[in-house]
Amino acid sequence: MVIQALAFYLFAALAVASGVMVISARNPVHSVLFLILAFFNAAGLFVLIGAEFLAMILVVVYVGAVAVLFLFVVMMLDINFAELREGFLQYLPIGALIGLILAAELILIFGTWIVAPDVGQALTAPILPPDQVTNTHALGRIIYTDYIYLFQASGLILLIAMIGAIVLTLRHRPGVRRQKIADQVSRRPEDVIEVRDVTTGSGV
Amino acid sequence: MVEFWWSYAWPTLWIVIQILFIVVPLLIVVAYLTYAERKVIGFMQLRMGPNVVGPFGLLQPFADALKLMTKELIIPTGANRVVFLIAPMLTFVLAMIGWAVIPVADGWVLSDINVGILYLFAISSLGVYGIIMAGWASNSKYPFLGALRSAAQMVSYEVSIGFVIITVLLAVGSLNLSDIVLAQQDVWFFIPLFPMFIVFVISALAETNRAPFDLPEAEAELVTGYNVEYSAMAFALFFLGEYANMVMMSGMTVILFLGGWLPPLDIAILNWVPGIVWFALKVSAMLFVFLWVRATLPRYRYDQLMRLGWKVFLPASLLWVVVTAGAIVVFDWYPGIVN
Repeated sequence: MVIQALAFYLFAALAVASGVMVISARNPVHSVLFLILAFFNAAGLFVLIGAEFLAMILVVVYVGAVAVLFLFVVMMLDINFAELREGFLQYLPIGALIGLILAAELILIFGTWIVAPDVGQALTAPILPPDQVTNTHALGRIIYTDYIYLFQASGLILLIAMIGAIVLTLRHRPGVRRQKIADQVSRRPEDVIEVRDVTTGSGV
Repeated sequence: MVEFWWSYAWPTLWIVIQILFIVVPLLIVVAYLTYAERKVIGFMQLRMGPNVVGPFGLLQPFADALKLMTKELIIPTGANRVVFLIAPMLTFVLAMIGWAVIPVADGWVLSDINVGILYLFAISSLGVYGIIMAGWASNSKYPFLGALRSAAQMVSYEVSIGFVIITVLLAVGSLNLSDIVLAQQDVWFFIPLFPMFIVFVISALAETNRAPFDLPEAEAELVTGYNVEYSAMAFALFFLGEYANMVMMSGMTVILFLGGWLPPLDIAILNWVPGIVWFALKVSAMLFVFLWVRATLPRYRYDQLMRLGWKVFLPASLLWVVVTAGAIVVFDWYPGIVN
């Protein structure tokens, strides 16, 4: 237990510290790198509570894909962060309000667990204890069996959003020459090459 | 004091010993992989390869290591010092930590976690950070171009690797690497899932930035790309990381498709050979394929590389996921583990 507690405080402290650095680092690329560190520590916290599947998915999806795109964009765009930060005090109240609402929600949820510990049993899909079922199986059963229609619906929404983004950004420019792979592959030497015997001095 | 020793100090020490038992042989393998590459490509091009340092040139890797260690580490003035130095360390560390979950023989694994294959996938998808950080921190145009190419390439091929892994998982019913190997006792997965095996091997070449997909370092256009500005040990760490990644991807291929530590036929005389020997033989065969491909094929053009990843491999692997899942449902081939 001591080691678990030590690991928890290590991950939690690093996550909070890197979260602070994300918004206070002067260099935007450093911000993204600290964001990645924060993701990692969150994954560590997931492992500590036994949610190994979520931990790995967090690393694969957020660190392996989303943060790469962030980093890509931040490196490519010439963002002047000093300019962006000018309105800091102006936006502070709204930011603080959102933060407070999130904190209140978390307190409500975890407060309920402490005040009425039995509330976990009243869930519609009770979670089996981790020694009976691995959390990959448990998640699979809940998402793909119990809530399959909701899952499919959220998938459809994402699909529509993706199609929408493509439709909005796609433009057909005239006069663009495209590579036609099929034509290139189906080209045969006899169609395009002609072999001739040339007598010396006369040319073709 | 005695209690402290048995409950904390000894387990920690034991883990450290196990880690050394994995990392030291791995580093020797990496050192000799560089030698093997030069020898194999040498013979394929009718040359001798390194043959001066030691018998048959066997001490060449150590000579190279000594040379790199004694050289000066140069940090360019415009470079971002911290990120510049973290990048090679990150590449090297990421190439090493994947081995924590790879079972080299029955039960010979440092950490037999339930989500082993996801862990490997996560680790291999992080490899891009070492390169992208190196390219950015060097503050120089060729490294940056190399880093951008590499980031796009690795993200593209990860998608099809993910689908290949899903196909294998459908056939196994578990994310644990030992379970994946044990599920291949009857038939190795490269036979029923042959198209996915091909997709995986080619994607592994792209993921490790090896020829014919070595565009991030294309020496003819980018003067070796992301690591131009690196010298001495920082360069050596990139180099070691790249080769250790090759070994890791080969290990992954062997576990997913070639039956891990299992012998080719389940007969007594082959079962007497220890599992780790089979594993090592299969990994060596895969590594030979890596070198063979490098000696044989010319480099891909960048748009062709992207086309192959997104327009060929992605639809093909997606289709195969559907076919595999359909076959499992129709013929009632649910893998054993259901709870």
